[in-house]
Amino acid sequence: MAELTAVVGIGQTKYDAKRLDLSMPGLLREAAERALADAGCGWEDIDAVIIGKAPDLFEGVMMPELFLNDAIGGAYKPMLRVHTAGSVGGSTGIVAASMVQSGVHDRVLCVAYEKQSESNATWALSIAVPFSLATVAGAGGFFAPLVRGYMRRSGAPEDTGIRVAVKDRQNALKNPLAHLHLEDISFDMVASSPMLWDPIRYLETCPSSDGACAMVMEKESLASQRSGKVAWVHATEMKSEPTMFSGRDQVMPQASLDNAASLYKKAGITKPREELDCAEIYVPFSWFEPMWMEGMLITEPNEGWKMTYEGATALDGDFPVNMSGGVLSSNPIGASGLIRFAEAALQVRGMAEAHQVDGAKRALGHAYGGGSQYFSTWIVGSEKP
Amino acid sequence: MREVAVVGFTQSPSVRREPDRNEVEVLIPVIHALREQTGLSSADFDFICSGSSDYLAGQSFAFVSGLDAVGAWPPVCESHVEMDGAWALYEAWVKIQMGYADVALVYGFGKPSMGDLPLTMALQLDPYSVMPLWPDAISIAGLQARHCLESGSMSERDMAERAVRDRAHAKDNVNAQVKGDFTVDGILADPYLANPLRKHDCAPISDGASAVILAAGDRASELCDRPAWIRGIEHVCEPMDLGVRDLGRSRSTEIAAEKAGVRSDKVDVAELSAPFTHQEILVERALGLGDSTTINPSGGALAGNPIMAVGLSRIGECATRIWSGGADRTVAHATSGPCLQQNLVCVLEGS
Repeated sequence: MAELTAVVGIGQTKYDAKRLDLSMPGLLREAAERALADAGCGWEDIDAVIIGKAPDLFEGVMMPELFLNDAIGGAYKPMLRVHTAGSVGGSTGIVAASMVQSGVHDRVLCVAYEKQSESNATWALSIAVPFSLATVAGAGGFFAPLVRGYMRRSGAPEDTGIRVAVKDRQNALKNPLAHLHLEDISFDMVASSPMLWDPIRYLETCPSSDGACAMVMEKESLASQRSGKVAWVHATEMKSEPTMFSGRDQVMPQASLDNAASLYKKAGITKPREELDCAEIYVPFSWFEPMWMEGMLITEPNEGWKMTYEGATALDGDFPVNMSGGVLSSNPIGASGLIRFAEAALQVRGMAEAHQVDGAKRALGHAYGGGSQYFSTWIVGSEKP
Repeated sequence: MREVAVVGFTQSPSVRREPDRNEVEVLIPVIHALREQTGLSSADFDFICSGSSDYLAGQSFAFVSGLDAVGAWPPVCESHVEMDGAWALYEAWVKIQMGYADVALVYGFGKPSMGDLPLTMALQLDPYSVMPLWPDAISIAGLQARHCLESGSMSERDMAERAVRDRAHAKDNVNAQVKGDFTVDGILADPYLANPLRKHDCAPISDGASAVILAAGDRASELCDRPAWIRGIEHVCEPMDLGVRDLGRSRSTEIAAEKAGVRSDKVDVAELSAPFTHQEILVERALGLGDSTTINPSGGALAGNPIMAVGLSRIGECATRIWSGGADRTVAHATSGPCLQQNLVCVLEGS
């Protein structure tokens, strides 16, 4: 029943620790203008605007989409603001796609962003709320025990995370937009970096970044007329579960497994490792690469680390993961999910330049958030599904 | 387009302060009552969408705990907007249109009593040039009201008449917060709160939650004897900057109303979530409502204003009047942002 939908324009800012050259409206506009230029569209060609970002406390503006809307051509148009924790970037892409898939709009613009330099995310995540236990640990403190749990149950070698961190930073050197460009990245450099939240070292964590990512999507009858390459949306899925309850598997959440199974079913995929050419996965801490290889049913339980170890997830491996450098190299939190979705689309359009996977035809974009409880994913392809 | 209807609606009472319950505890009985009303359980919801604001709760990811009220296990297909629940309903309606879902749960909740709401709302304004001045929400609305009065398009008496009407209607609404018999002259004798706004020109500060169930086609008819069919739902956002907008009219409501087809037939009932009396007049005009329409039979936002749920509740209030046969065609309105910046219009019909 759903209308076929394609990504026809992608725009990203340069990601950096502090984009002091731009206000928030300027940041969004830089990404949106590039997406429109890629799509060959003007502001007047956009029917609706979808804005996504992580918690408002990150910049200290309540519902900032209201003051940002006109900077990205949203004046006197429908505008929605999506917020689903760390998965929000992915959810923003999915909501934008649904506006076209439903037949409600012909062409939409979505923009997701974070300007972390204007506040302090660890503070914003650590506020003591009455009658609740305050962990004051930020995200790293929350996820470190889950990583330890994974190491214990899988028996993965202790240096698996280091290998992921090196690989993603090497990929980032091929992506001029990436925040971190660590020219001399090496195993020893990561291994000797300070332990922040045991077992997560400093160089196994994501940076805090300013940045925005934008996409233009349109319906089949418009996208089919284009001479340039587009990325067809084959399937989207979102799943959520509560943060904590007795018996919840926080290391390998059911919502992740259910999301993967439903996504592949919709896309007609039975052997994801063979049928997908590459994947951009939300890996804010290095160990989440092997964890989500299992959580996305790409490999067997407790064997995700083997993909890292065998080099399967490297840019020249049989299942490249995080070709862009991933969240470990650029992390404007609210945009991070949409960047994953955008990289998947760039790959199947053959536009990823130095970090292009040769001949990529079908790619996975993935985001997660909250306490490993929100999942949003999509599969895009160079051909219509 | 698929035929989609509102088939369930519940709400908490609007109260000035929920002293003993957190947001989830306010929400739980609302969701529970909705399940009883429709006989549905979590497994029946193909999609769930909610609306809330982190800044009301004073913490990041405040909506996450809302999942505990839903009972999201096994895992659910779910999304959230940092907007009034009316926009969450819009997203759910879109998901039904694309065939992703047949039955959807929508909820909105807010507990502004934990902070100083008019000052909290100042954080919505341009953070570089306006917000540092800390203009509170009532003063910002007062600027708009002054503009409307100076232009001669309405009088303070017109505004007071809306307060009298809405609070009188609210006497029949057990969930309303401000209700009773007031007189225009009595209100006009009150002192100004933020000139030219008096206390009665302002919606109360309310804690509360509401929830709605949407269903498509035959499923809606199974769940409800007389479903409230959504025949038009549109929303439009203006620029925020007060200097670039005509504050004497609600242009975005006009555009949304036109696209939703409000004027294509008579409107029996309209429920408006304008939080100030002068804004209620602007919305009435933008929707083109006349004497044949009963406006705010529940009392509207002026009788109870659970921010982030109040717009969703207007859709629910309209639906209940269709279900009962008391109305055949209704219009619900939701708003967000300073001075009616963003507006949503939903047309519901009984046949």
